[in-house]
Amino acid sequence: MTTSNGRSGNGAGRATATGDPPVLQLAAKDFKSDQEVRWCPGCGDYAVLSAVQSFMPSLGIPRERIVFVSGIGCSSRFPYYMNTYGLHSIHGRAPAIATGLAASRPDLAVWVITGDGDALSIGGNHLIHALRRNVNLKILLFNNQIYGLTKGQYSPTSERGKITKSTPMGSLDWPFNPVSVALGAEATFVARTVDSDRKHLTEVLRRAAEHRGAAFVEIYQNCPIFNDGAFDLLTDHDSRDDNQIRLEHGKPIRFGPDRERGVRLTDQASVDLVEVADVGEDALLVHDEHRDDPSLAFMLGRLSHTAKGPTPIGVFRDVDRPVYDDLMADQLDRAAAKQGAGDLAKLLHSGDTWQIG
Amino acid sequence: MTKPVQALDRVTIRFAGDSGDGMQLTGDRFTSVTAAYGNDLSTLPDFPAEIRAPAGSIPGVSGFQLHFASYDILTPGDAPDVLVAMNPAALKANLRDLPKGATLIVNTDAFTARNLDKAGYAGNPLDDGTLGDYHVHAVPLTSLTTASLKDFDITKKEAERAKNMFALGLMSWLYSRPTDATIAFLKKKFASRPVIAEANVTAFKAGYHYGETTEVFAVSYEIAPAPLAKGTYRNISGNLALSYGLIAASKLSGLPLFLGAYPITPASDVLHELAKHKHFGVRTFQAEDEIAGVGAALGAAFGGSLAVSTSSGPGIALKAETIGLAVSLELPLLVIDIQRGGPSTGLPTKTEQSDLLQVMFGRNGEAPVPVVAAATPSDCFFAAIEAARIALAYRTPVILLSDGYLANGSEPWRIPEVDTLPDISVPFTTEPNHEGDFWPYLRDEQTLARPWAVPGTPGLEHRIGGLEKADGTGNISYDPENHDRMVNLRAAKVAGIARGIAPVEVDHQDGARLLVLGWGSTYGPIGAAVRSVRGQGGKVAQAHLRHLNPFPANLGEVLARYEAVLIPEMNTGQLRKLVRAEYLVDAKGYNRVSGLPFKSEELEHVIVEMLEGASRP
Repeated sequence: MTTSNGRSGNGAGRATATGDPPVLQLAAKDFKSDQEVRWCPGCGDYAVLSAVQSFMPSLGIPRERIVFVSGIGCSSRFPYYMNTYGLHSIHGRAPAIATGLAASRPDLAVWVITGDGDALSIGGNHLIHALRRNVNLKILLFNNQIYGLTKGQYSPTSERGKITKSTPMGSLDWPFNPVSVALGAEATFVARTVDSDRKHLTEVLRRAAEHRGAAFVEIYQNCPIFNDGAFDLLTDHDSRDDNQIRLEHGKPIRFGPDRERGVRLTDQASVDLVEVADVGEDALLVHDEHRDDPSLAFMLGRLSHTAKGPTPIGVFRDVDRPVYDDLMADQLDRAAAKQGAGDLAKLLHSGDTWQIG
Repeated sequence: MTKPVQALDRVTIRFAGDSGDGMQLTGDRFTSVTAAYGNDLSTLPDFPAEIRAPAGSIPGVSGFQLHFASYDILTPGDAPDVLVAMNPAALKANLRDLPKGATLIVNTDAFTARNLDKAGYAGNPLDDGTLGDYHVHAVPLTSLTTASLKDFDITKKEAERAKNMFALGLMSWLYSRPTDATIAFLKKKFASRPVIAEANVTAFKAGYHYGETTEVFAVSYEIAPAPLAKGTYRNISGNLALSYGLIAASKLSGLPLFLGAYPITPASDVLHELAKHKHFGVRTFQAEDEIAGVGAALGAAFGGSLAVSTSSGPGIALKAETIGLAVSLELPLLVIDIQRGGPSTGLPTKTEQSDLLQVMFGRNGEAPVPVVAAATPSDCFFAAIEAARIALAYRTPVILLSDGYLANGSEPWRIPEVDTLPDISVPFTTEPNHEGDFWPYLRDEQTLARPWAVPGTPGLEHRIGGLEKADGTGNISYDPENHDRMVNLRAAKVAGIARGIAPVEVDHQDGARLLVLGWGSTYGPIGAAVRSVRGQGGKVAQAHLRHLNPFPANLGEVLARYEAVLIPEMNTGQLRKLVRAEYLVDAKGYNRVSGLPFKSEELEHVIVEMLEGASRP
């Protein structure tokens, strides 16, 4: 049942292994479960769910080979609404649970749905270790910068000074920047997108799905109840062009209504925002997702710490590194090739034995 | 000149030295040849939590006790008949366990002013009369070893390090042990450094010949092989037996084994051992923490693996929430608690039975989990298979209890024939089970187990989680009546396991009115104590529990047959509390929590006292 050889992975393993490409005629509706969706009206989660259900058929992976694993929080209800296999687990532990599933079943496509509290607070340890191991997981972090399910406490991505029920005089904590965390955790694929930009969101999801290994996607997601408008600068018609820095591989990084602004690498090993007219396009930083060194991606990720100014979105980093699941399967294959398939009687009789009678 | 050989029926030897002196290796080798010679035996390693405490200090003393006999024995021996002390600290740390008249072999070279001071001796116990009650053999082990190696091109330090092999040689002569296997072992162990191999062999032989020729030892001893049942035997420790049991359970279930674990004493050896057997399809995952270890195992269980997470008490505490999730998901999961001294970090290298109530109740909500316990080192093999059987058949997390004594202790094991082991395979569900739909919580009427449909099965896509589920469909349900029903269904499922387990067997004796009831690693000392009491004419019955949740169906009836029940435990009365609550039986306890196994003699006294009390009007 479990294939020990999962190199073809991402859930397309079995079909590819037989040389028989899947012919699937699935549509978005095939990925909708029979459960009523119960997020608050206007929640950004609806947009993400809809985008995921719509883009899933394009992957050509049969539903039975897709698993959504989540932790606890508003976004973690996500698996119930997907007509695939799904596991709604406990707070913070989804990456760990998904690691066991992916590592033991390389034939599956395993997606992790998590939030800023789930992934960066109670489950921070599991997130960073799943990323550094490069387990074949697609991790979607719904970042609304607030605890929604527990009714509005500040989260590890809330800006400092946040007034909430638990911080009436303002929060004291300096927030995490999820992209920085992921890059610092040696992630091989790191991206950021926005719930309301269906096209961008879909494109980033597609890129994550295509990546072999751990793919980390931060999705800025609006919570209309407890943190409404947190990403307005990036999403409002009037301000978004001034604030969205859309990263495109191989292209100079430009933004603004008339792409009149850009990002430059300074001689002080930092990046800054410049007017293209002042410096010329040749002075701009050309985005390279595939740089082995994550330092530039890290600098870009920190241009805006909590999306309160011009903020890069898109794929920060996409590099190849051996995948944990494959390496584990490979060790099993090599051990079997060297020692032969395990023989229980032989094992029990290994070492010094003696006869009586 | 041949020295006289005296026959003994049993002897207990303790090797003690600095943790860098190689006492565990010395003990292991003596055990191995003694097992191969055909004696029955039982061992008890006793080592410090510190890897290398300051040399020569009492915290750095490492010991290995071996009890071997010409008959079947049950314990590693209450007290050593012979103590080999490699330095003053080893002498001081172990002397209090040595009965008067016992034999002491001391390495006089190590009794320097500095070492005596480190051990806290004001004078030299070798010549101030401290050891007047013992048969002392003062042997300059270090200098005899280096003298035997003077022609070797090795450093003084390397030569001195072979002194444990000199001691092993001497003990091998003293107890008429065969030498070939040890020589072969040393050559293999140091194959990459032939000169070290040869030096160790030479030191070993020098020790043997020293015993033969020196005036210090007037006689040697012989302990005849024990009449054990026919078969092929090996020596096995609890952690090795447990690892083999898990691999066997994987074979017997036809499921790949997945271990998620975080290093912790005394459980890490199971991770080490299983990591060696990847050719069995065994996946070992060293997780970032205890929670991830069990979480990954649960994920693998969802995917159709035989999933295991190993730990000890502190790690089990961290895993509690995930075990609760497994209760709710109703997936097979083996959680193994190799108990150690607590609370908190406690005594990592010592043994205790103090996690029973933790594993029974240490979760939020009504979260019943079956509990199985191993009784002896080799029994860990069968206990692992039984725990896996329950987990798979009932789709439930199961906790298997071992402890530090079982984990590191060893005994001869008659290797079972593979075809006598049970088939524990269960089918995955591959077809819809309710009017063309798949209901993940539609239960088997007999076992109440829910179907296990793994990802990859077309048409059975389903979602499960830690929220309460509707009976049958498994959809989220907040309905009060449904919750009450689900709580009771989960409880009934676990309780129903009792129908599929063997009744508790009582080793009854005609006229016995006292039952001694035990669980776990107290099996050996309780058995030895009961045997001894009976030898003195006492009437006593004994029973030992493998299943602690649920209890065997006949336990209440068994308890009712006796006027008095004694439950010895290395805790403050955890099984006693359960038994009293369940059966309203006024069971008495004998409870001591020292980090060491019970001595059979102390249990013997307790049983005799109870018998005397019971016979009084």
